[in-house]
Amino acid sequence: MAGYLIRRTLGAFLVMFVVATLVFFMLRLVPGDPIAAMLADVGDPDAIDEIRAKLGLDQPMYVQYGKWLSLAAQGDLGNSIYGSRVPVSQLIAEALPRTLSLALLSFVIATLIAIPAGLIAATRKNTGLDYSVTFVAFLGLSMPDFWLAILLIIVFAANLHWLPAIGYVPLSEGFWPWFSHLILPSIAVGTAFSAIVARMIRSSMLEVLNADYMQVARSKGLSEMTLILRHAFPNALIPVITVIGIAFALLMSGTVVVENVFAIKGLGRLLIQSILNRDYPVVQGSILVVSAIFVFSNLLVDVLYTVVDPRIRYQS
Amino acid sequence: MSKYSAVFGDSTANQPRTSRTRFIREIARDRKALFGLVVLSFFGFLAIFGQWISPHDPNAMQFDMLQPPSLAFPLGTDDLGRDLLSRVIHGTQISLFVGVSTVAIALFFGLALGLLAGYYGGWIDFIIMRYIDLQWAFPNFIIAVYLVAVFGAGLLNIIIAISLAFLDDFARIARSMVLTIKHEQYVDAARVTGAADTRILWRHILPNSVAPIIVQATVSVSYAILGEASLSFLGLGVEADTPTWGLILADGRSFISRAWWLGLFPGVAIMLTVLSINFLGDGLRDYLDVRDVKDV
Repeated sequence: MAGYLIRRTLGAFLVMFVVATLVFFMLRLVPGDPIAAMLADVGDPDAIDEIRAKLGLDQPMYVQYGKWLSLAAQGDLGNSIYGSRVPVSQLIAEALPRTLSLALLSFVIATLIAIPAGLIAATRKNTGLDYSVTFVAFLGLSMPDFWLAILLIIVFAANLHWLPAIGYVPLSEGFWPWFSHLILPSIAVGTAFSAIVARMIRSSMLEVLNADYMQVARSKGLSEMTLILRHAFPNALIPVITVIGIAFALLMSGTVVVENVFAIKGLGRLLIQSILNRDYPVVQGSILVVSAIFVFSNLLVDVLYTVVDPRIRYQS
Repeated sequence: MSKYSAVFGDSTANQPRTSRTRFIREIARDRKALFGLVVLSFFGFLAIFGQWISPHDPNAMQFDMLQPPSLAFPLGTDDLGRDLLSRVIHGTQISLFVGVSTVAIALFFGLALGLLAGYYGGWIDFIIMRYIDLQWAFPNFIIAVYLVAVFGAGLLNIIIAISLAFLDDFARIARSMVLTIKHEQYVDAARVTGAADTRILWRHILPNSVAPIIVQATVSVSYAILGEASLSFLGLGVEADTPTWGLILADGRSFISRAWWLGLFPGVAIMLTVLSINFLGDGLRDYLDVRDVKDV
């Protein structure tokens, strides 16, 4: 168990190192010299040379790489090339709570919908209820999240005026302002996630309900409620947890797109805006942080899985 | 001859035909898959013949801006007075083209990598699999965004980005299929008769691992279409004057409070296309009896 954890953790750091290296070299090896494009507005060649020297771009590539890597490891990701040249780490520190709020709330809302939906579909197999859940799940998987976001804005913000259409308010300014700004984006992000988890719970429950130990429990005369919630559901959850790992990735890529619809200045918006503006230090920094979120949440899910399912612990 | 040879002779002679009729019969009975096939054919028709059936030039500006749906403009017009129906029809072409071409490219290179890794093993397998593992740690859409950050926007670049992003899915399936099939007797038999490696790979191993690959490819087309729409919507996709579903939605976004049709119809087109591919994929999954295909 300890050996497995150490191996997985080292692996996660190795992946981050490779990502950092790829990010550094790819952005420098692309045709059309991004640095030149970045400095095109300056015009004056002397000024360009001066800026290059100031940014350390006149040094050999491996020197730049070593410097960048050691600074990045200390949390210094350089400065934005625009305006007052804000440090990238500061931009990310401002964006991160927004993205995490959004991802967390989507996760909660989606799970609260997916669990009962999956349970109902499994216990009422092949009834109208089951078919409706399956159909809605298919719809949820097929709707682009940004379009769902637009529809929610049209209905709840533009026409009913129930909720604000765009923006973000931090939790420190009160629960309702925070919550009301996040609820529509959370639904847009969480729908596909919810659809996957509901379908997974359904099929996993159907498998468990046919197991021998369920027959035993049933023959003891337990109530249907106890059967399902105490005996079937916990066992059905085990395969669902691995899928939650995959589905969490979906949730995070959802925030990237949906933040841009609701003008929430989170990590996703930072990433996309910096790509559009060719603000390469910010592109590098946000790719690194977004990647770290994936790598370490995958790690967390793996660890969780070994805790929940003892069979895996003993195998490794 | 014995009755067995007659029976076997018969069944092998009829196999292709019976399996084809079985396929048609099962698809027709599976109402979801049938719906998928019909809707998809409709969009396929629009993609091919769109330029002749669309009522207007998709980029021609009329003098009726932000008109709600009417007889002259069945889906309304946008802020520049362009006919939304014509734009959505033209968008079909790009969406389906990107969806199919990216999956075809990913399929070709992914299969090649997976077959090589699984068949030869050793250091070739090690190197290929470390790369595949790296990519596997991230969602396809995020990889596509990263790659667009490097290559820049534009139709060709997003096709490259999306194809590369889907590579690992196919490589993984192909590799695991090779590993299970490699030691089957018929592969050994082929090797004993002196068949070359490439012949064994293409004539014996590939045909036997085709079912999960078909299902994965179908599902991937829907994700590629969603990916292209999202990238275009974010401004990382095709050039600004090309009508694609994602871009039409992005352009219409500022006007949705006054012109709901700009926010509704292009999305309906995306959803119907993706939904019908998912239905078809699900039908194929049941028909070919495939499980364990990555759903994200």
